[in-house]
Amino acid sequence: MALLRYESQVRAPLVDGTKDYHQVTEDICGPVEASPSRLWWIGFIISVGLLIFGIISVTMEVTYGVGQWNLNKTVGWGWDITNFVWWVGIGHAGTLISAILLLFRQGWRTGVNRAAEAMTIFAVMCAGQFPIWHMGRVWDAFFVLPYPNTRGPLWVNFNSPLLWDVFAISTYFTVSLLFWYSGLLPDLATLRDRAKLKWRKMFYGVASFGWTGSTKHWQRHEALSLVLAGLSTPLVLSVHTIVSFDFATSVVPGWHTTIFPPYFVAGAIFSGFAMVQTLLVVTRKVLKLEEYITIEHIDVMNKVIVLTGSIVGIAYLTELFIAWYGANGYEWYAFKENRVNINSPLGWSYYIMMGCNVLSPQIFWFRKMRRSITVTFFMSILVNIGMWFERFVIIVTSVYRDYLPSAWSTYYRPTIWEVGFFMGTFGLFFTCYFLFSKYFPVIAVAEIKHILKRSGESYKEKMDTLEQEDPEQFGQEHSHDHGA
Amino acid sequence: MAEQKFVVGNFYDEAVLFPAVKKVRKAGYKIHDVFTPFPIHGLDKAMGLRDTSLHTAGFIYGITGTTTAVTFITWALTTDWPLNFGGKPFFSLPAWIPITFELTVLFAAVGMVLTFCYLCQLAPFVKKDHFNPRSTDDTFVMAFECTEKTNEAEAIAFLQSLGAQDVKVEVRETRWWLGRYDKDTRPFGEQKELEAV
Repeated sequence: MALLRYESQVRAPLVDGTKDYHQVTEDICGPVEASPSRLWWIGFIISVGLLIFGIISVTMEVTYGVGQWNLNKTVGWGWDITNFVWWVGIGHAGTLISAILLLFRQGWRTGVNRAAEAMTIFAVMCAGQFPIWHMGRVWDAFFVLPYPNTRGPLWVNFNSPLLWDVFAISTYFTVSLLFWYSGLLPDLATLRDRAKLKWRKMFYGVASFGWTGSTKHWQRHEALSLVLAGLSTPLVLSVHTIVSFDFATSVVPGWHTTIFPPYFVAGAIFSGFAMVQTLLVVTRKVLKLEEYITIEHIDVMNKVIVLTGSIVGIAYLTELFIAWYGANGYEWYAFKENRVNINSPLGWSYYIMMGCNVLSPQIFWFRKMRRSITVTFFMSILVNIGMWFERFVIIVTSVYRDYLPSAWSTYYRPTIWEVGFFMGTFGLFFTCYFLFSKYFPVIAVAEIKHILKRSGESYKEKMDTLEQEDPEQFGQEHSHDHGA
Repeated sequence: MAEQKFVVGNFYDEAVLFPAVKKVRKAGYKIHDVFTPFPIHGLDKAMGLRDTSLHTAGFIYGITGTTTAVTFITWALTTDWPLNFGGKPFFSLPAWIPITFELTVLFAAVGMVLTFCYLCQLAPFVKKDHFNPRSTDDTFVMAFECTEKTNEAEAIAFLQSLGAQDVKVEVRETRWWLGRYDKDTRPFGEQKELEAV
C-alpha cells in the first residue's frame, strides 16, 4: 500500500459521500450529457438578450461616435474604463485559484479551479471590449500593435502604460486560455470515450486532441501545468499592477499614488472570489455538485474574501492618510471634498465603496456566516457592487472636479448606451458561462480523482485505524514511495 | 501497414498496478504504455521513463521572449525612430520592464504548450488508440508489446497473476492517424456489456 497517502482527519474531506473513480466521472459528466434544464434555457435566453442589448449599444456608439456616451471634459474615462478595470479584476481569482494555489499545494482548489479559470477567460474577454470600443474609430484598433507600417514606420510608445496594458491583457488572455484548455484535454477525452451520440463523439474527439492518458503524456502534462502555474503567478500580479499604472503613473490628484499596484491586486482577488462564489453557489445547486463543491470550499473562499477585503480596507485608509499627510493641497482636496464629503455631488459613491468592501465582509469572521449559502450569495453580490464603485470612485471622482473650477459644473452621468454596453458584457459573460457549464465539465474530473483517495470522505474514515498505529511503523509502511 | 501485437491488461486499483509494473519490467517485458485516467505520481519512475525536459524548453522560450522584447524596443526607440519624451533618455530600460516581462511569459507559455502538443503528438482531429475507452474513466490499462519470442499464453497468465483483469492480446497498426471518433465502433459500454466480457 505504498500509494496510500495519509491525510489527517482533522482536515475536512474535499469530496463528500461514498465515491469511486467511476462515480466521480458519472457525477461530473452526467450534467454535460443530459439535456439542458428549463432553468438553463431561461438563464441562457436572458443572457443572450442582454448580449443583444450590448451589441445594439455598441452599434450606436460606433455609428454616431463616442459622443453617444456622456463622457465630457474632464471625465474622459467614465463607465467604460470603470467596467474594464472591474472585469479584469474579476478575472484574477481564477488565476489565483488555478496557479497560486497549485504552487501552494492547496488541495481544495481542485473542486473550483475549472469553473474559476473559465470565469477568468470570459471576464477578460468582457474587459477587453471596453478599451477597444472606447477608441471610437475601432477600425483602427490595430494601430496599438507594433507592426511595420507605412507611416514611417512609426512605432507605438513602449514607454506608455496604456501600451503596457495592451501587452498585459493580451498575454493574460492567451496564457489563461492555454492553461485552461491544456487542463481540459484529459476531461474532454473522458467525455469522448463515454459519448454515445455521433456528434458528441465527433465534437469531443476533435476537442480532446487525441488524448489517451499515456503515462508519458501525463508526466509532460504535469510538468506543463506546474510551469504554466509558475508563469501565471507573476503574470496575474503584473496584470493588475499594470492596470493600476494607467492611473498611478499620471499626475492627477487621486490617481498619482504609489500604493496602487498592491491595492489593485488585492482588490482584484477580492472581487474575483466574490464572482466565483456567485457562480459556484448557483452551479453546485443546479448541477447537483454539492458533494464536490462543499460547504468547506465555500468557507475557505469566504476566508479569502475577508482577508483581501481587509487588505483593501487598509489600503483605503492608508491612501486617505497619505493624502492628508502628504500635504499636497490638490491631493487632499480630491479626497476631502470629492470623496469623503458626503454632500459633494458624487460623495455617496465613496460610502457605498467603504460599506460594501470594508465593513460588510467583516461578517465572515463568524464561522456560521461563512458557511451559510444565503449569506455567501448575498455578500458576493454586495462585494462586486462595492468593487465596481471602488473603480468608479477612483476614476470619476478624481477627475470630475479638476484644477480648473470653471469646468466643474458638468455632473457626469451615463447614457443608456453606456449602461447598455455594460449590460451587454454581462450578457457575453453569462452566455459563455452557460455554454461552458453545459458542454464542458465544470469540475476538473482527473484532478478530483487524483485527490479522491486522500481527501474523499469515504476514504478518510478509513484513516481512523491508521491513526491508532505506531508512528514509526506507519512511517515505514506508508512512506511516500515513488516506486523507484 | 505494419501491425503490432500487444498484451493488454486492466487494473482497477493503483495499489495493484504499481507492484505489477515493477514485476513486469523485472520479468523482462517491454511496457508499451500504461494508460491512466489521472496522473499517478511515481508511475513514470516505476516504468523507467526519463524525466521530461519540457521545463528546459520553457526556459529557452522565455529567454527568447526577453531578448526579443529588449532588442526590438531598443532598436525601435533608439535607432529606427528615436522620440523625445520629455527629454528623457532614448534608452529608457525601466519603462520597458512591463512589456519585456509580458513577452517573456507569452513566449514561454505559447512555446511550451506547442512543444507539449508536438511531443505528445496531440492536435485537433488526431485520433489515437488507447485499447480501452474506460482508461479515461476508472481503469488503468497496461499494454506491452509482443515480440517473436513472446509466449502469449504465458504473458497473459503472468499478467493475470499480478492482478490484471480481462487480459487480451490485441493487434494494432503501429502508427497514429488522422481520424474521426464517431467512426469508433467501441463506444463506452453499458454495465451489462462489461459484465458479459
